[in-house]
Amino acid sequence: MAEVDPQLLDKIRAAAQAARHAADSVQAYAEQIAAGASAASGGAIDPFIFRLAIFALAVIVGYYVVWAVTPSLHTPLMSVTNAISSVIVVGALLSAGIDPSSGTGSGAARVFGFLALTLASVNIFGGFLVTERMLSMFKKKG
Amino acid sequence: MLSGNIAGLLYLVSGILFILALRGLSSPETARQGNRFGVIGMGIAAATTFLYQLPWGFSSFLWVLLAIAIGGSIGVWRARTIQMTAMPQLVALFHALIGLAAVLVPASALYAPQGFGLGVPGGIHGTTLFEMSLGAAIGAMTFTGSVIAFLKLDGRMTGNPILLPKRHAINIGLGILLAIFILAFIPTETHQLFWLIVLVSFALGVLLIIPIGGADMPVVISMLNSYSGWAAAAVGFTLANLALIITGALVGSSGAILSYIMCRGMNRSFIAVILGGFGGETAVPAGLPESEPRPVKQGSAEDAAKMLLAAKKVIIVPGYGMAVAQAQHAVAEMANILKSKGVDVKYAIHPVAGRMPGHMNVLLAEANVPYDEVFELTDINPEFPDADVAFVIGANDVTNPAAKTDSSSPIYGMPILDVEHAKNVLFVKRGLGPGYAGVDNELFFRPNTTMLFGDAKKMVDSIVKAMG
Repeated sequence: MAEVDPQLLDKIRAAAQAARHAADSVQAYAEQIAAGASAASGGAIDPFIFRLAIFALAVIVGYYVVWAVTPSLHTPLMSVTNAISSVIVVGALLSAGIDPSSGTGSGAARVFGFLALTLASVNIFGGFLVTERMLSMFKKKG
Repeated sequence: MLSGNIAGLLYLVSGILFILALRGLSSPETARQGNRFGVIGMGIAAATTFLYQLPWGFSSFLWVLLAIAIGGSIGVWRARTIQMTAMPQLVALFHALIGLAAVLVPASALYAPQGFGLGVPGGIHGTTLFEMSLGAAIGAMTFTGSVIAFLKLDGRMTGNPILLPKRHAINIGLGILLAIFILAFIPTETHQLFWLIVLVSFALGVLLIIPIGGADMPVVISMLNSYSGWAAAAVGFTLANLALIITGALVGSSGAILSYIMCRGMNRSFIAVILGGFGGETAVPAGLPESEPRPVKQGSAEDAAKMLLAAKKVIIVPGYGMAVAQAQHAVAEMANILKSKGVDVKYAIHPVAGRMPGHMNVLLAEANVPYDEVFELTDINPEFPDADVAFVIGANDVTNPAAKTDSSSPIYGMPILDVEHAKNVLFVKRGLGPGYAGVDNELFFRPNTTMLFGDAKKMVDSIVKAMG
């Protein structure tokens, strides 16, 4: 095995080089992907994912809690879910704090907020009160 | 004043209190406490937002106070004065209000995003715009859909299905249009496109509900309940508010479960209900051969009183007709007389009796009927064979044995109350007309059935009088 074909040696060298190139580019791709992912999420998990997680878990909690509601209380269930939906009032309250001089749209935004706040207030007071009124009627055999 | 983190935690607390509010409803004993948890949760959420916004300008403060005063007094007035028979209408209206609020809050955020911490006009994040348009679209559908449901329930609009030609094609077209508008809105943040989304959704809400008949209202009202929840959740995502996200998820799944229970109670698929065209109040299929008049046994109030007093066990089956005639108090009075004579009295409630889930239970509770005398379908059905009298008042299809035997009947497969197994059946009814499904009730013609024709309330009053 003293004689080695120089052509063969060249081929081997070329192959090794190609492999090195391939490895380099794979690493480059991997780095690019990682950088892209990190850029998309600002280096951390997007807060949207956390909100989505809370939402998904709340759906599941809701599923079990609502199945446990006795059918005789399904009407109060509807009125109380109505009442708690009015927590949308937090959005309406934010709009009331808008500085009227802060931009062209702020006047309209305040009017929308005012209307939303009024509607949500109807639901908060009406929803909880009517639920209470109904529940107070449910009595056991005396 | 409050840091964002503390505010976030407080919103989480209020979300948990809302879960406990629903949890309380698992039994009438804990239900009122649950409702109080709900009130506290709402108080925490509102107070947190209020404190977070400090310092308040004087005019803004008055502005808020005015809105709460107007809305609050309307709410208190409605809650105090509403008749229990009109609960479905009230709930439909409440859904409409939530729907409209779910349009107005994103609109406000779109016009002045700086007030919501969403950046500057023209620079709102794409995800946020998507959430906004979703909330507004679902909210708008909930709004008009609930208004139509209210009009139908309140008798201001016909309860019969309104069938437009090519309605499915129209709905699909509008749905595609809606998707295009939303896709166009996200990159452009154009206010006009936002309002086009709202308009198309308004139209969709109307078109989705008008083909659904009055008797399918329990499904519709549950479905709108669910929509209002999803709309609230979408707004919650927009505002990154935990209380709103949790509540939206709870309400959304609650409405969906109620829709499922109602559909199961009618043995109809959700899709079939949504597609509509069924369940008019007096929908008698045209072109059906006139059935020959068959003899029924008719009785007087005196006959009924005698039969009831002679019974050892009576099961009362109330339906929507009892609500329409406001007969719940008279029924309870009759039951009290029977109980005082040692008769065992129970009530049997079908899941879809009335116009919303649990409607009959509330009416009976209003008439001071103890809730432990009121039973659900699966619990009471085995007891009918022991009953001397089944007293059916204002119910029809839910007692029709054809649901079990006649595979060609439109109500075939629907779970029914086994009234037919009772020794005697007293059937209070206005006339011999078919139920909403347009089918004759086989029960009318059975030898052990006595028909009591007349207004439900007047008939029961006469029975009470005859009992002396």
